[in-house]
Amino acid sequence: MKRVYADEKWCIGCHLCEYNCAFANSGCDDMVKALKDKEIRPRICVEDRDKITYAVSCRHCEDPICVKSCISGALQKHDGMITIDQDKCIGCLTCILVCPYGAVSENGTGVVQKCELCLENSCGEPACVKGCPNRALIYEERGES
Amino acid sequence: MSVEFIYPEFEVVRNKDRCIACRVCERQCANEVHKYDKDRGVLISDESKCVDCQRCVSLCPTRALKIIKSDCTLKENANWKNDTIKEIYKQANSGGVLLSSMGNPNPLPVYWDKILINASQVTNPPIDPLREPMETRVFLGKKNEKVTRDENGNLKCKLPPQIELSMPVMFSAMSYGSISYNAHESLARAATELGILYNTGEGGLHEDFYCYGENTIVQVASGRFGVHKDYLEAGRAVEIKMGQGAKPGIGGHLPGTKIVGDVSRTRMIPEGSDAISPAPHHDIYSIEDLRQLVFSLKEATEYKKPVIVKVAAVHNIAAIASGIARSGADIIAIDGFRGGTGAAPTRIRDNVGIPIELALASVDQRLRDEGIRNNVSLVVGGSIRSASDVVKAIALGADACYVATAALLALGCHLCRTCQTGKCNWGIATQRPDLVKRLNPNVGSERLVRLMTAWKHEIKELMGGMGINSIEALRGNRLMLRGVGLNTRELAILGISHAGE
Repeated sequence: MKRVYADEKWCIGCHLCEYNCAFANSGCDDMVKALKDKEIRPRICVEDRDKITYAVSCRHCEDPICVKSCISGALQKHDGMITIDQDKCIGCLTCILVCPYGAVSENGTGVVQKCELCLENSCGEPACVKGCPNRALIYEERGES
Repeated sequence: MSVEFIYPEFEVVRNKDRCIACRVCERQCANEVHKYDKDRGVLISDESKCVDCQRCVSLCPTRALKIIKSDCTLKENANWKNDTIKEIYKQANSGGVLLSSMGNPNPLPVYWDKILINASQVTNPPIDPLREPMETRVFLGKKNEKVTRDENGNLKCKLPPQIELSMPVMFSAMSYGSISYNAHESLARAATELGILYNTGEGGLHEDFYCYGENTIVQVASGRFGVHKDYLEAGRAVEIKMGQGAKPGIGGHLPGTKIVGDVSRTRMIPEGSDAISPAPHHDIYSIEDLRQLVFSLKEATEYKKPVIVKVAAVHNIAAIASGIARSGADIIAIDGFRGGTGAAPTRIRDNVGIPIELALASVDQRLRDEGIRNNVSLVVGGSIRSASDVVKAIALGADACYVATAALLALGCHLCRTCQTGKCNWGIATQRPDLVKRLNPNVGSERLVRLMTAWKHEIKELMGGMGINSIEALRGNRLMLRGVGLNTRELAILGISHAGE
């Protein structure tokens, strides 16, 4: 399965991936309209400390602990990708507690959100990868299931 | 404000309706122009620090930024131009020599733009490069004067060492130190993929890049930085740098702040010490001395590698080239006055040297007149900006061209001409690790390959139009060129006719 891989070596810490993510998942066709004067809630997060930066988003684990912990069945694994059905989510936030990568977050309305590789929005391919100015994010098949 | 105040050259225009305060401008500007005001939730800018490198403009996701030239003006004066006056102020403030980077930006004549290329019509057919084979391969090095045979009548095929290039372009010398590790890696990988050569410049060769040796020219300059036997043996050719187009007659000075870590090790000088290249080679004061160095290098590399002698285009370049052609050098590289630099005194960069077009034409003619043109190949640089410049240079007599500024542009350079500050936001002319990593060689080398591939297509198109299917048949073919708006003296030096003749 194709996944988003971060290459710390080339991450320049610009945080553009976060903004592209928030825009792609906004349902809006204009970035300004989508993001201006708003607190953004991206599904990818740039870890930034001591001049080391890299972006973290859902790893789509082979054996996802978030799915196991989900008591409502909102988190599911489909063809390798972990998806969230926000209608089913009851906001217990257990998944946020258990995710070792901190890749699940609350979306501001009491339910959780996570990276779905932009396959569920109109972008069609990961917006973070597409907008990365230094190819520090790569979307590819690396032989993992 | 005080008498020392100089109004900023640029203004940062931020479209508040578009700015989403993502702060990418703030994070990307090494000059610290942009700042986020938490209280108001807006970005503010200090345009006095802006060098117009366009990094923020390029990365702003909502196109909310533009940089414009300030229109704050001094009273107009054709003699005392704004820039001239400001330079006086700067020097009155600093007491120092003005420094600049990249090539001479002044409106002096660009002869390439006054030369036009021929095309076939009716009586001689043009060739379609998409349908018929086109040869852009060139070989650089000393050529035999005539065909010779041994006692059995067999051809003597032994040639002095040659460099094979897939197209008549090479990346010219930029030292590791003046440009970053990632810039070097991009050039080395691109040259290898393209089947051309890049040039280490005078800063030695990083051990990681020895694997690209077959596509590397190793340079020996007056500072002899990083020169040792393995280095000489690593390259495909050795270049002696006598001069540089941007700063003929002076040496180089890489400040100690850039001599860090690997740069220090590669140059074989202590960390933090200034790397000073003397103006002359202290062992070269004549053509005979030059010959000694040429043969020392040949001896060291067992006569397997061609030796290039690079000089800046200066007034009596034809006589100088004639001397070099007799010194045993295999290739002469001439760098015109528009050539770039990582730092040079402004007065030198803008006022010393001559245009490469005139230098090339006079050198080629002189070597032909003296019957020694086959002793050497000619490589020219100093602002070769496009495939048509390459074609014109070949037709004027060059064997190949050196490009550097165009290559840097492909890597992201926006020609802000402040390399000397070491804060290149594009990760090219800097050694700051956080800035160097902004140039990913995977991206950089791809872009270089694409640029050169595009030029190669264009060179073939231009050649095909002239009905020429081999670049070798174009070399020195000045009948393919015509001048426009040039006087008879200029035409005579270029050895071309005026358009309409």
